[in-house]
Order: sequence, then structure tokens, then C-alpha cells
Amino acid sequence: MAIGINGTDYAAPEDPRVSLLDFLREQVGLTGTKLGCNQGACGACTVLLDDERVLSCLTLAVQVDGRKVRTIEGLADAQGDLHPLQVAFIKHDGFQCGYCTPGQICSALAMAEELRRGDPSHVTVDLAAGPEGPTRYEIAERMSGNLCRCGAHNGIVSAIEEMLQGDSA
Amino acid sequence: MSKLQNALVSSVRAVLSQVPAGWLPGGTPDPLINKRVSLGTQQSRVDGPIKVRGAARFAAEVPMSGLHYASFVYSTIARGRIAVIDTAAAETAPGVRLVMTYRNAPKLAVVPPLGLPNLKAAGNNILPVMQNAEVRWNGQVVAVVVAQTQEQADHAATLVKIRYEIAPARTEFKKGKAHAHTPDSILIEKNRLLRGNPTKALAEADYRVDAVYRTPWQNHNFIEPSAATIIWEGERLIVHDATQMLNATAASLAKVFGIREDQVQVKSPFVGGGFGGKALWDHQILAAAAAKLAARPVRIVLSRAGVHRLIGGRTQTEQRVALAAGADGRLKALLHHGYSVKPKHSVCDEQYGLTGRALYASASFDVVQHHVDLDVVANTFMRGPGEAPGTFAIECAIDELAHQLAMDPIELRRRNAPDRNPVSGAPHSQSAMMLAYDQGAERFGWARRTPVPRSQRKGEWLVGMGCATGTFPFVRMPGMSVRITMDARGSAHVASAAHEMGMGTATVQRQHAADRLGLPLDKVSVEIGDSSLPFGSFAGGSSQTVSLAAAISAAGNSLAGELLRLAGNDTPLAGLKAGEVEFFEEGLRSRADSRRHETFASILKRARRNEVSATGASGTPVEMFKFAMHSTSAIFCELRVSEVTGEVRVDRLVGAFDCGRILNPQTATSQFKGGMIMGLGMALTEETLLDERNGRIMSTSLADYHVPVHLDVPEIEVLWTDIPDPRAPLGARGIGEIGITGVAAAIANAVFNATGRRIRDLPLTLDKVLAPQ
Amino acid sequence: MKPFTYMRPTDGTEALSLAAMSKQARFLGGGTNLVDLMRQHVETPDELVDVTRLRGNIKETTSGGLLIGAAVRNSTLAAHPHVRQNFPVLSRALLSGASAQIRNMATVGGNIMQRTRCSYFYDVTGARCNKRNPGVGCDAIGGFTRYHAVLGASEHCVATHPSDMCVALAALDATVHVAGPDGDRSVPITEFHVLPGDHPEVETVLRSGELITAVEIPASTMAARSEYRKVRDRSSYAFALVSVAGAIEIAQGTIADVRIALGGVAAKPWRAARAEEFLRGKEVSHEQFLDAAESELAAARPLEGNRFKIELAKRTIAAVLGDLARDAA
Repeated sequence: MAIGINGTDYAAPEDPRVSLLDFLREQVGLTGTKLGCNQGACGACTVLLDDERVLSCLTLAVQVDGRKVRTIEGLADAQGDLHPLQVAFIKHDGFQCGYCTPGQICSALAMAEELRRGDPSHVTVDLAAGPEGPTRYEIAERMSGNLCRCGAHNGIVSAIEEMLQGDSA
Repeated sequence: MSKLQNALVSSVRAVLSQVPAGWLPGGTPDPLINKRVSLGTQQSRVDGPIKVRGAARFAAEVPMSGLHYASFVYSTIARGRIAVIDTAAAETAPGVRLVMTYRNAPKLAVVPPLGLPNLKAAGNNILPVMQNAEVRWNGQVVAVVVAQTQEQADHAATLVKIRYEIAPARTEFKKGKAHAHTPDSILIEKNRLLRGNPTKALAEADYRVDAVYRTPWQNHNFIEPSAATIIWEGERLIVHDATQMLNATAASLAKVFGIREDQVQVKSPFVGGGFGGKALWDHQILAAAAAKLAARPVRIVLSRAGVHRLIGGRTQTEQRVALAAGADGRLKALLHHGYSVKPKHSVCDEQYGLTGRALYASASFDVVQHHVDLDVVANTFMRGPGEAPGTFAIECAIDELAHQLAMDPIELRRRNAPDRNPVSGAPHSQSAMMLAYDQGAERFGWARRTPVPRSQRKGEWLVGMGCATGTFPFVRMPGMSVRITMDARGSAHVASAAHEMGMGTATVQRQHAADRLGLPLDKVSVEIGDSSLPFGSFAGGSSQTVSLAAAISAAGNSLAGELLRLAGNDTPLAGLKAGEVEFFEEGLRSRADSRRHETFASILKRARRNEVSATGASGTPVEMFKFAMHSTSAIFCELRVSEVTGEVRVDRLVGAFDCGRILNPQTATSQFKGGMIMGLGMALTEETLLDERNGRIMSTSLADYHVPVHLDVPEIEVLWTDIPDPRAPLGARGIGEIGITGVAAAIANAVFNATGRRIRDLPLTLDKVLAPQ
Repeated sequence: MKPFTYMRPTDGTEALSLAAMSKQARFLGGGTNLVDLMRQHVETPDELVDVTRLRGNIKETTSGGLLIGAAVRNSTLAAHPHVRQNFPVLSRALLSGASAQIRNMATVGGNIMQRTRCSYFYDVTGARCNKRNPGVGCDAIGGFTRYHAVLGASEHCVATHPSDMCVALAALDATVHVAGPDGDRSVPITEFHVLPGDHPEVETVLRSGELITAVEIPASTMAARSEYRKVRDRSSYAFALVSVAGAIEIAQGTIADVRIALGGVAAKPWRAARAEEFLRGKEVSHEQFLDAAESELAAARPLEGNRFKIELAKRTIAAVLGDLARDAA
């Protein structure tokens, strides 16, 4: 068994106490995923685990043995070009200090998939039918697990909105 | 500041009032106010690509071989002594290299206190660090564990056994008020302001407001926890820090460790949010001491609880504001008395008393602040210190007065908008507060507001609108230095120990330097974030941009002189002096005769030089003493309040800013919005819970301390007057903090408009809305 | 964290036998609560048995109810069409809880077993807590009690259970299926969590070595019209101050049947049985709803910091029932 990170396999750490977050940052050398609170309250550590968004600070690395992890470093394409969402973040100034940014981006990518699947959210009016569409309100609720203290919220939502609209185009 | 220093400041002001404006720095308006190519355009951040890739390296991410990890043990009493500390189990735990306590910590000097007289001092909590058994606040570090992994260090920290001798502690604000200290000064102003006869005016007023407004302790809660990666190379100390004050930190650490300033280097290219809290506190000192003792590089990443225990927050305030006016709304008295916490070991005044002294004309003034000394970690600067809580009190009071007068709140402000500083009489350098109001009101649709409370409803929600003034002083720091290096291709490299916490420092100054030197953007690079670069004053007080701008301007003048010298005699510019040329089209040109021009590349080539450098510094900010230099804003809010639950939800926010010229509309918008969102949090949800029974902070996580989430944040509109300030470099005043000011009052005023309830106590939580009147 | 051994069984039998190896063993679900508690040194297991790979699915039972495997993720349960259609209160409750990331990780079993978020409970070195150290005292009493109980508390503990899902399950008459070294058993969710009394360290009826295997919800036509309202300090990603799960069946303008459960008010999801009793057979009206709420909250004992919860709970109950009655019309 191994942990797949951005397409490369790594042996799980010997110490089961090591969180996936610390494994990425301290052992694998991928510092793009950020430690914000280590308590599951800020979302800065969000990564994609088999394409679902999870908090790496509350995930023990040993738990994801045999599974696939994608981090911010794994989003650029093979040529190293930015993912369209990363481009949109720059265009709409969806960041200031940049610390919450990798978490926001990874979270948004998975969120887009949840929306496409028709999963409802807390603000979805018709629960059975699902979300009406990628409204700013739906995006804001679905991204509420990612805190931003610099206040880049409007830009983040705009960047995500652009990506989602690009989808339906 | 002492009485003597106060007197000096007054005489400087008096002298300067006689000096013609044209003789002062900024006496001739900066030509770049209007001559702009890159400035004023929407350039994306130069560090954008690496930030979105997650490739920007923060303090805890610098790789280092042999790295060890630190974990702190925090006191659980507010005052007393460590009677017994047993580290045996911790020391022998797996992977542990060292346990440091007051018994084996190296000798450390007390950190020099941060303050205006000494720009190289960064101390915020002026107490000995681990030098004795004394405990001075609940949360002070009493042991440091250094181990090979973070998990080993954290676990070993739980094995340290401590018994305390508990001493009585002062942890209650109400009790502390009885022993409050009234300082002579607040920053550089005399604390006590008494002008005219405010008592009489209040007693005889036809219209009077007299109320107490309360704001709680708040914490910065930047997403990047305070952290540092530290290594000693012989007697050299290298700190990869997250800091807003590189040089002051380096110089202060040198003093603490008894080494030379040039033996300390602090690097901090990226800071994950500062807001006043990314500064020098105990954690860097302790980690550096532990690194020395352990002879290993050490990484310290504070837990969220650790950030709350070691880094101070904004003090709570209790402010009484009393206003007296006649039927025409003109203020006859403005009284502003208040209490806030400032332990003796703190350096932060929380200068809310200065807010009302600059905003409105009044026939009489009565302003004073009192400081309460408690046994807690030092209070400190948090975005908009002074003005953030000060505008809450003043601007709610103004709204209450407007309601009494049955006058539109904007009209009331118009009647009292001063044409010069109401206290010092200094002329405004530039002020267009009412224009900001008018522009903001139009964008917002203020005309749709119904002044009678409880008159707008949407289902179970009462809808309300409110407005308030925001304000922040212009500050330019002396000493901020820049080195410009021109290379043989005529490209310029700008270097300074300046800081990046999200404001886009390199992006904006690159635009500036390009315009200053007549270069295209792609021929300019900016390097910051290292204390070994030319001196950088702190990124605080919304001063960095203008201070850097002044330094770049000065360095540019110096560079022109250097280039002319290199140009020699065999040049179209022969015989000209620096004051007679200007930067133009990648070279220098005679001001008198535009045909006389030579490019940088040509000058350097002929001189057979690969590069030429010049430095410049931001000089004494004399203009601040001659003129009243402030930015103002008008904040508008539309919100709804549930009649069922009392929940308050903000639907619209508009901010109209009068801050001088805007240098980059994209980064400026983000700064304004960022401040306003912090104001939203201040108004509705943010409160640090300090348990007064033992002085211990109980809200130590981001789940207990509520900062606004995405769903809380409406689409915010920001606009600006863009009127240049003739005395400011680039015509621009700082914008980092003004965004938070006025917002809490605008929201509270909107809650009143919606519900008819005045809530004078932040945050405006539903229990306060539901509480019986 | 204290060092521990980590094990990941592939079926329930193996899970039980691994857990039986140590008195300090804990089952690990998504880790969204347990890993946090371990990092804060509130929980110090020496053995973690990861049960997330155990089979977890959602099945419709023959009677039209639902059988939900304990390893099912919160997000999966919330998005399930059958839940959204027939038990909307459950979906709404789940969707109002935590964040999307946490909902993706958290299991149904773990959600039931989560512990209080009382900050004194969490403050291992600096606060006294009768849950962590029976008999030492409760520092929450006399401290910050905004999130603490107004019903069912004792002088030893005023903590609340933070789960939204459990409040909905309580309103839906759910049953918790448990497997253990002594065999299988079932417990109504309303009896699964216990009030603090003299032993706040005992939070559930789960015995040592027992594992939740599934949650079962009986079929109910009333449940198709059910609602969850969560009142909190910010609009998302925050625990409830008060929450209400409600369902109502109206026939000819009178209340044929009703379900009300409250969150944020007690150490367990609070089934408002008194209010339900009051309402059965009564005419539908806002006043009746308020009176019913009044009867339930009459037993409330507020603390300095949470007095508002009583009024808030009454209003929210009335609002939820009012919404449901309007929709029924």
C-alpha cells in the first residue's frame, strides 16, 4: 500500500500520529497545503482525497494508505501551466496574502463537482430538486468552510463563478 | 511620550505654521500625481502566480537540514511563581533534544519597547522572557520542548509537571477602572483635551446624546499562525519570520541576545496576514534561545491557542460619548472619555480618543483616555488601532443625535464637517469627506432609506440602512530606505526591507518605480522581505506605501546624480545637475531642453559599468506637523434583522473613500474590502473571551472566535474620490486600515433603523437584539 | 498526541476483536472530532481502530424506512435522494452542520459519538472539568456559557451535544444498532445519549468495546414534511445556539401528530415530548405553538450567559411549526 500524492506514491509515515497535512509539508516537502489552525476550523489545509475535498489536518496520513491525494501543487498541467481556476483567481484578485489560497482553490474544484452532481447545500431552496445553479449565494455557502481573513471573498466567489460559467459554455 | 516631548511637538507645530508650505517636503506636489503611465492602472500582483500555485514560502516552510521542532508549555495562572517544575519525563521522551525553562534558559535582555522615538525597537510585551520563576499572565510560556518531530515535541510538552505558587492577580476590568492610570500623552498628542466649556454646553443643550459604548477584546486571527524557522550560524542569528517589522525585529533580537545588529538577519518575503499582530513577541525569542541551547535549527509554529496566549489582541474599550447641539445640528460640545486595558508592559495606547478630535468641528471638547493595568498579555495594535473602536463610539453617537434632531445623518455631518483640524487649527492638506458621502450615498441609494425605524420588512426580516464615517490619519515614517540599482540594459532593481502581508507591496512599488524612472513595467523588479536590505520601517499605521514611495523618490533623485556623474562630459546631458534633469523614456532628459536626452543603457555602456546604485530615504515627515492629513470614508450598510431570532445579516456594504490618489485599483479595492469585512466581523461576531476569574482566554480556536465566513460577506462596492493629496508622495495616503473604521457604527446604525433598538455593545449578537429593552 | 497503534480492520467482527485488545481503544471514523480531541489531549487512546473501510451503505427497508450504515459519510447521507425526498429534516440538519470538507469526512457513527465543544472541556491544562476528571469541578459554570445547556443539566456539568444530525434523528424516532462483544442490540436515539446527572463522564449507553453499526429510521409520511432550523451567530460554519427539528401532520385544521426535537439546549438531542403532547389534537395557531414551546421550556434552567436561549427556543419552535403548517395548507 502507498499514499498517492499528485501521481507519485509515498510510503505512509511510521508514526501514525502524523497528520496528512504534516506528512505533506514536513516529509514530502509539499508546503503548498497550509496549516491554519490544525483543528478543522479554517479549511486552509483542504486537499482532494480521491477527488473529494477533505481537511488534511484532521486526517491521519496512515488513514489514506492506498488512496489518491491531490494538492495545490498537482493542479497545474503537464507543461506547468496554471489551472483555469488559478488563472481566474489572479484575474479577480481572489487572494491577498495567499495563505488561505491553496485551500480555497482545492476546495472550489471539489465544490464545482458537488454542484455539477446536483448535491444540495444549506441554502438550496428545493432540497429534492437540488441547486438551481451556480449562484453567488450557493457558491458562498459551499465555500464557507474556507476562511479568509484578508477579505478576498468577493474575488474568490467571482473567480469560482467564472470557472463554473466557463463549464456551461 | 513625556510632557517634554509633548511640548516639543507643540513647538514644532507652532514653528511650522509659520513656514511656507512650499518649503516643506511635499511642498511641491509630486509630479507623479498626474504624470502616470503604470500608476493608477490595474496590474495583477507580481506574486500572484506563485501564491496561486502554493509556491510562496512562508515562515514555517523554509527547509532546513537537522531541523527540530519546538512546543510550548503555557502557564495556567495569571500571577505567581513556578514553585516546582519537573521536566524529567519530558526530557527522556522519545526524540526530545532539550527542555528549556527559566533554570537553563540563556541570559536574555528585555526586549526594547516599540515606540516612535526608536524605530529599531520592536518589543510589544516588555517583560523578561524565561529569566526567572515569575508568572505575569495566564498563558505565559513556562517551558519549551525541542524534539525531532512536532508530534514528539507536542507530546513531551504534556509530560512537564508544574506546581505554581498562586499570587493575587488583577484580571477584572471593572475593578481595574478604579485604579486606572491617565497618561500624559496618547501617541504624540496630549491626552487631556479640554477646550471651551463642555460641561455647561451639555447641561444647557437642546439636543443631547450621552451614552456609553463598549467594544470587546479582539484578535487578529490571521490564517497563518505566528511562526518562525530559526538557525544560529556561529554567532549569527537567522530568523525566517512572519513579520511586519524586519529591521526592528532584527535590531531588537540583537539587543535581547547581546549581539551586534549586523549579526541578526530576519527574512520574511511573505506573511500570511498581519493586521498588526505579526510582530516580535515571546515566541521568536524563546525559539531562538532554544535553538542556541539545543545547537539545532528550530521551527516554532504557534497553535491557535498559543497565538491567543502569546500575541496580544485589541483591548476592550468602554467609551462615553456625549454630544450637545442646537436645532441646527452644530456641535456645541464633544465629550469622549474612555477606559481600555494597557498593562505596564504594553506599548499600545489604543488611541480611540484621537478619533473625535479630527472629525468634527465643535465649540467645546472634553477628551481623555484612561488605561487599566491588568495581569494579562500586553494589548497590541490591531487594524485601525484607536480609530476602529473610536469611530464605533463617535459615529453611533452622531447617528443618535441625528435621530433626535430628526435630521438626515449625512446632513448632520455636513453641518459639522470642519474646514481645518478642529483642535489644532492646522489646515487640511486635502479633505473631501462630504464628497465621499455624496458619492457613496448615490451609489448606495441612500435616498430610499426611511428614517422611521421598523418601517421596512421582508417576511420575518426587518430591513434597515445606516451610515457612518471612517477615518485614519496619514503617516509617513522617516528612515524607510530604498536602493535602486540600474543595470547595463537599463533595467532597475528596487530593494528595501519592506513587507508583504497581502497588500501587494512589490506590485505597487514596481508601478511607481517604473513611472518614476521612465521605464516600462517589465524593466523594473522589486525585492523586499529581508532585513539585510536597506532599512524598512514597519508595515503599520498604513504608512508603508507612502514611506516607500518617498524613499524611492529620494533614491531616484540620488540615482539621477550618480548617472550624471557617470555620463561625464561626452553626453547631451553634460554640465547639468540632478535638479535640472528628469527621468524620461528609459533615460534622463534636460528639463529645459527636451532634445538633450541619453538612455541609461548608453550612459552605463560608455562608462563601462555593469551597474550603478543609489539609495534614498523617506525624510522627516514635517508635512504631518504642519497640515492636518487624514483620510476619511463614508460607509453605507443595508441589513436585515430577524423578528423571530434576532439574527443580523448584512446584505449590502458600500464604502466611499477619500484617500488621495489610488495607485492600483485592483489591490486598493482588495485592501478596502478586506478592512470592511474585518469591520463586519467586529460588528457582528468577533469577541475574544477572557475569563476574568483567572485571566485566561477561553476562545482559543477559530471555531470559538468567529471571523466572517463566505456566506456572511455580501458583494461589497468600493469607490473613491481619487483627489490627490498635494503633500503626499504620489498624492496618495495609506489605505490599509481605514477600511475597518466606521463599519461597525454603520451596521449598528442600520440595526437601529431596522428595529428601533440602539445596541451600543459589540458584537451585535442576537441575544442583544432579543433582550428586553 | 500520545503515541498509539493504528489498525484498520476490513469487517465488523475484526473491528470488535481489535478493540477488545485494549481498554483504551477508540474507534476512528472520519477523525473530525476524535483526531482533534487527541491533539488537544482530551482523548488519549493507545489504540485506534479505523472503521471507515467497513461497509457503509444506505438501504431502504421493507417497511419504507431507511437503514444507514454507520460508516456512511455525512455528505453522502445528506445528498441521498431518498433522504431528501422522504426525510428532509435529516438532510437539512446535516447540511447545516460544520463545513463541506468535514461532512465529506465525518461518518454517521462518529457524528453520534461526537463530544461537546465546551471550551472548558477542551482546556486540559487550564480548566476544571468533571467530564475529564470526575469530581474536580466545572469551570464552565460561572464562565462563558453561551453554548451551554438550559435543559437537563446538573450542578456537575452544563455541556451540550453539538450534533445537528442527532436532533433530526431524534425527531424521526431513529434507532441506533450496536454490535459488541456480548452481541448486538438496539437503542432508540433518544435514549442513546445520557444526561450528565452525577456522572458527566458517562455520555452514552455504549459499553466498552461496542461499535455502532447502523442507524435505522422508520417509515413516516409525516417526515416528508419536516424541517430543520439552526440559529447561530454567523450564517454558516458555526454550532447551533438553538436548533429545532420539526414535523407536523395536520388534518382538518388540527394537529394530528407532531415531532419536535431541540439542539443546542442539552447534553443530548432534546425530544420536546411535553410540547408534542400539548399540541396533539389542538388547532393550528401561532399562539398554540408558543404555548407548547412554553410548556417544554418551563423546566429550563438558564445560566448567566445563555438566558436568551429560552426565548430563542420558544420563538424558533413556533416559527418552524408555523412554516410547516403553512406548507401543509
